[in-house]
Amino acid sequence: MRITCPWCGPRPLSEFAYGGDAGKTRPGYPGKAGPDAWMDYVYLRENPAGRHKEYWHHSGGCRSWLVVTRDTTNHEIAKVALAGPQAKDAGS
Amino acid sequence: MRYSLSSILRNAATGHKHWPKQWRQPEPKKAYDIVIVGGGGHGLATAYYLARNHGLTNIAVLEKGYLGNGNIGRNTTIVRSNYLCPENGQFYEHSLKLWEGLSQDLNYNVMLSQRGVLNTFHTPAQRDAAIRRGNAMRLHGVDAVLLNREEVKKLAPAIDCSPGARFPVRGGLLQPRGGSVRHDAVAWGFARGADARGVDIIQNCEVTGIRIESGRVRGVETTRGSIAAKKIAIVVAGRSTLVGNMAGLRLPIESHVLQCFVTEPVKPILDTVVSFGADHFAVVQSDKGGLVFNGSLDGYNSYAQRGNMETLESVAACASSFMPCMSRLRLLRHWGGINDMTMDGSPIITRTPVKGLYFNGGWCYGGFKATPASGWTYAHLIANDEPHEFASGFTLSRFETGLVINENGAGPQPGLH
Ligand SMILES: Cc1cc2nc3c(=O)[nH]c(=O)nc-3n(C[C@H](O)[C@H](O)[C@H](O)COP(=O)(O)OP(=O)(O)OC[C@H]3O[C@@H](n4cnc5c(N)ncnc54)[C@H](O)[C@@H]3O)c2cc1C
Ligand SMILES: [Zn+2]
Repeated sequence: MRITCPWCGPRPLSEFAYGGDAGKTRPGYPGKAGPDAWMDYVYLRENPAGRHKEYWHHSGGCRSWLVVTRDTTNHEIAKVALAGPQAKDAGS
Repeated sequence: MRYSLSSILRNAATGHKHWPKQWRQPEPKKAYDIVIVGGGGHGLATAYYLARNHGLTNIAVLEKGYLGNGNIGRNTTIVRSNYLCPENGQFYEHSLKLWEGLSQDLNYNVMLSQRGVLNTFHTPAQRDAAIRRGNAMRLHGVDAVLLNREEVKKLAPAIDCSPGARFPVRGGLLQPRGGSVRHDAVAWGFARGADARGVDIIQNCEVTGIRIESGRVRGVETTRGSIAAKKIAIVVAGRSTLVGNMAGLRLPIESHVLQCFVTEPVKPILDTVVSFGADHFAVVQSDKGGLVFNGSLDGYNSYAQRGNMETLESVAACASSFMPCMSRLRLLRHWGGINDMTMDGSPIITRTPVKGLYFNGGWCYGGFKATPASGWTYAHLIANDEPHEFASGFTLSRFETGLVINENGAGPQPGLH
């Protein structure tokens, strides 16, 4: 598997660290969100067989966090975007 | 037909041409009392113990592929009960005790070999952890022996115990009653035993939907038509989320690939199971002589059932560092299986919010050793609608209440357990 980093271009898997499901939204501060929302955020996963939006860290390169859309049945990558609020299309 | 010395002699005399089929190939009936979804080790064991312990036989096991295509036929065959958490300790010890009598019980040689399972340690902190684990095991009534470096060297001379090793061995924790079992014999033995008691094992029958009316299960849709059922028991390992979704379940599970490797056969060099404490690497020599080994998960969600080369490289590095004599062996085959990784690393055997629907899954990469106890306790749950005492901690609600069972304290990162 190769991931095309927006800064560094196509790089081998060994340069990246997996950050897990990028589809979860962290609930608000304690008190605002109930325990159910936290349970969902911390423990429940969609775990699809197909397209999955997930975080990858280019830890052996530019150290950017990326949001990668990958098919979990064949590892085909449909999209790579920068993660974080500054990246407009992150997570889209 | 019972297998015995006389049956072997009789069939040898007639050229082995008259052995009967080990199980039938029935057409699915319109309705069953219990439908088990998934004909892996756990599904077959569940059917067997439902019949054997509870006298229930109007049961179908529906298997999407052929028997043994899943993790039951893909694992590294290691069995042990060296757990730290009490919920796991009692459950896996029950399983090991069932393994000890299984060949007789099934009248089928599952080739249990109690050659011992050794985990090496390489730092003082790891030694402390091994002592703690060993003490916990002994308090649960499980066998555990602490070995120093000389004893490790004597037990498994193939391990590099020299002070010059990359990660010098300081000792190990041995469970003498651990070992390995012939994995596909387990699937076949349970299938034969369940079939003989009247269970229908239906292969090439994929469940595509679960019918629910007013909060209660009614049956399943399959690639071979609809089948009505009073109770439905899901036990599909790596595909837990997909089948769970059919009934609206949301699960604390991710599917990850684990690879297994086997070398060309060599003369006996390792008569115990060893795992390398400095990284993820466990190896057992098969009866055919091949060294069978695995490492860690590939590390990201996958349903691909095949692995990547980075893992092969890291496992090969572990092998040649830990057992340098392996470095020139050729690899014959490698393959992957999809593991149902939970958020705390422990399994789930539970009722669900839907009446008559049961769920068993989240075996991570340790479910082979659990096969008999998983079937035993799941059968108890399905028959009585009450959890078995040895599996009562394996609930779904533990993630809400905080009573998670986290062997290595890795936190809710399924890839890390
Ligand atoms: C490489 C590897 C090494 C391992 N090593 C060890 C080890 O050394 N020790 C240990 O204890 N454990 C080990 N494990 C873990 C162990 O193999 C599994 O936890 C265990 O086998 C899972 O239970 P099972 O046998 O029922 O799974 P499976 O054999 O995978 O059974 C699940 C079945 O469900 C079927 N299914 C799925 N979806 C459907 C559907 N919709 N309809 C009908 N059927 C369906 C599948 O086809 C499959 O046959 C290892 C796993 C792997 C992959
Ligand atoms: Zn980069």
